[in-house]
Amino acid sequence: MDKIKFATVWLAGCSGCHMSFLDLDEWLIDLAAAVDVVFSPVGCDLKTYPEGVDVCLVEGAIANQENLELIYDVRRKTKLLISFGDCAVTANVPAMRNMLGSSSAVLKRAYLELGDVTPQLPDEPGIVPELLDRVVPVHEVVPVDIFMPGCPPSADRIRATLEPLLKGEMPVMEGRSMIKFG
Amino acid sequence: MSVKTLTIDGTAIAIEEGATILQAAKEAGVPIPTLCHLEGVSDVGACRLCLVEVKGINKLLPACVTEVAEGMNIQTNTEKLQTYRRMTVELLFAEGNHVCSVCVANNNCELQDVAVQVGMDHSRFTYRFPDRGVDISHKQFGIDHNRCILCTRCVRVCDEVEGAHVWDVAQRGAACYIVSGLNQPWGEVDACTSCGKCVDACPTGAIFRKGDTTAEKVGDRAKLEFLVTAREQQQWTR
Ligand code: SF4
Ligand code: SF4
Ligand code: SF4
Ligand code: FES
Repeated sequence: MDKIKFATVWLAGCSGCHMSFLDLDEWLIDLAAAVDVVFSPVGCDLKTYPEGVDVCLVEGAIANQENLELIYDVRRKTKLLISFGDCAVTANVPAMRNMLGSSSAVLKRAYLELGDVTPQLPDEPGIVPELLDRVVPVHEVVPVDIFMPGCPPSADRIRATLEPLLKGEMPVMEGRSMIKFG
Repeated sequence: MSVKTLTIDGTAIAIEEGATILQAAKEAGVPIPTLCHLEGVSDVGACRLCLVEVKGINKLLPACVTEVAEGMNIQTNTEKLQTYRRMTVELLFAEGNHVCSVCVANNNCELQDVAVQVGMDHSRFTYRFPDRGVDISHKQFGIDHNRCILCTRCVRVCDEVEGAHVWDVAQRGAACYIVSGLNQPWGEVDACTSCGKCVDACPTGAIFRKGDTTAEKVGDRAKLEFLVTAREQQQWTR
């Protein structure tokens, strides 16, 4: 049997979920033996998301144009997509800017009103991705197969989610240890 | 006092007339999830989490405000009820702004607890992200309306146990919010005795002690029950 093609992506999140993933410590060695890491900010150098991915952990909410394009690409090329952590599942802290209204209101607040030296709006089309008006959870944009809440999900929760998948089984996302937010 | 006999999830139970289905279920050892119910104060049926099915009645009834009747056949955990309960909890999350990771009540929140209980791993409803305020004008406490689920436990405990009636519900529908005094900042409401009962009554992180930061609100629900028993049964020690 071919090894499972495994990926992780980092959208609008703080990378804490990926740090928690690294907290898997020695189990990472078992994981590495069971999967091919084909795309990941912490495990692979590729810059374009490859075809035919079996499992992908998605950290972060959808907050800008780049997140949006990447998640469509990821969904198209991935069998099983996991919303990884509260930002992916609820939009969490990144979405706290939604209360301010549109992206222009947010940029004005952050870069003009609070900018103490040379206040100016960031504007580099093609380099700095445009903010979306509203930060949303992943499943509001593309279908999601498994939801793994937590800010961040603990290493135990990550392992309990991934381990059954390695055996071709679906994890049971139930109970405090698996689905408590925060 | 006359006694009513009924069955809850197949268990036969006898309980005095006037008791609620929730009390009967407790007696029978059948857990029903609740949020707006608080031991020691009156029930209002605000959260709809305790809905049950009663044979012969084709609508769902809130257990906390429905009195038992002779021969009632009650189901508390059918597939239909599970579906509605999960929807109710998802709606509560989608309605306000709940960011558990930075919330004072993280790990000690009854809303989080029921989310786990009903198996909510995400909300299928679109989050509203309403624009709501925070009032920290009180010397010791604060209220963050972003986390308020309008259960009115603060309103009832302040009115019925403390006798101060600082809180009430203002507005209608989605604009509803918990209001202090005559729509004054909490710190300016003379009626408030700073007793802290609303802090303990609040099931979420909406009312909190100033100075508590993320995950530091540890509610003492037992204190409220103790106060009520003390008053009603003259038991002054715990
Ligand atoms: S009140 Fe409860 S559910 Fe809401 S953010 Fe705080 S911990 Fe989470
Ligand atoms: S501190 Fe006491 S008196 Fe003041 S609002 Fe809360 S319950 Fe009422
Ligand atoms: S402030 Fe707390 S106790 Fe009062 S209605 Fe809101 S959630 Fe309930
Ligand atoms: S506990 Fe019965 S409606 Fe809230």
